[in-house]
Amino acid sequence: MVEVSIQQEDFDVGQLQRELLGQDTSIGAAAVFVGCVRGVPDKEAAASDAVLAMELEHYPGMTESSIQAIVDEARQRWALRSVRVIHRIGELRPGDQIVYVGVACGHRGEAFEACEFIMDYLKTRAPFWKKETTPSGARWVDARDSDDAAAARWDLASEPAGD
Amino acid sequence: MIRVLFFARLREQLDVGQMELSAEEAGTTVAELRQRLTARGEPWSTALSADNVLCAVNQQQARGDEPLTAGDEVAFYPPVTGG
Repeated sequence: MVEVSIQQEDFDVGQLQRELLGQDTSIGAAAVFVGCVRGVPDKEAAASDAVLAMELEHYPGMTESSIQAIVDEARQRWALRSVRVIHRIGELRPGDQIVYVGVACGHRGEAFEACEFIMDYLKTRAPFWKKETTPSGARWVDARDSDDAAAARWDLASEPAGD
Repeated sequence: MIRVLFFARLREQLDVGQMELSAEEAGTTVAELRQRLTARGEPWSTALSADNVLCAVNQQQARGDEPLTAGDEVAFYPPVTGG
C-alpha cells in the first residue's frame, strides 16, 4: 500500500498501523513518525509568545505530487512494503497531530532510514507554509537551515534554486 | 494566458492569490516574468526581490531560465515550512 493524503481531519495512529501492516507477513518492521503542533515558538520562546493556533496553507496539486515523488524516491532506495503519508491543513492547535509518516518493510534499519528520509524531504520540498498565532499577533514561520542540512545528508541531486 | 499564483507571506504582501497574464505580458522565462512583476513598484518590488523566493512552473520547482508558454501555471512562494 502506498497512499498520500492531505486533509483537515485528524488521524488515528492505531487504525493507520493496522492498515500499514495489512495481511503482509513479509513485513518485519514498521517505523512511524508523528509530528505535533508545539505550543512554544521556535526562537527565543518568551512566555508571552505562546502559540495559540497554527494555520497550515499549501499548494493543492503540487503538495500531493511532490510528496508522491519523495515516496517514489524512497521506494527506489529501500524495499518498502507499505508507505503512508498524511499531512493536515487548515487551523490546528498546540498538541494537535499535524503529520504522519508510516513505513513498513522487512527489517528495522531500512524502516528507520526510509521514514526519516521521507520526513526530511517533506520538510524541505513539499509546499506547505505555517502561520502561528500568538498573543502578540500572527506571523509566518521561517524556514530553518537545519532542515535543509538534514535533507542534504541524503545526497539527492539538489533541487534548482528559485532564480 | 499564463496563470500566476502567490502563496503564504507573498500572497499577503501582494494582496493577491492568483492572476492571469497574457503570454506577451508574462515574458518568455520565469526570470523575465519576475522582473516584470518587480517593475510594478511596491509592494511587488520588495516582495519579489527577496532572494529566497521560490518558483514552480506547472507544479514543478523551476529555475529562472525555465521557459514559459501559454497555458502554463507559475507559482511564486517563500521557503516551505511544513512537517
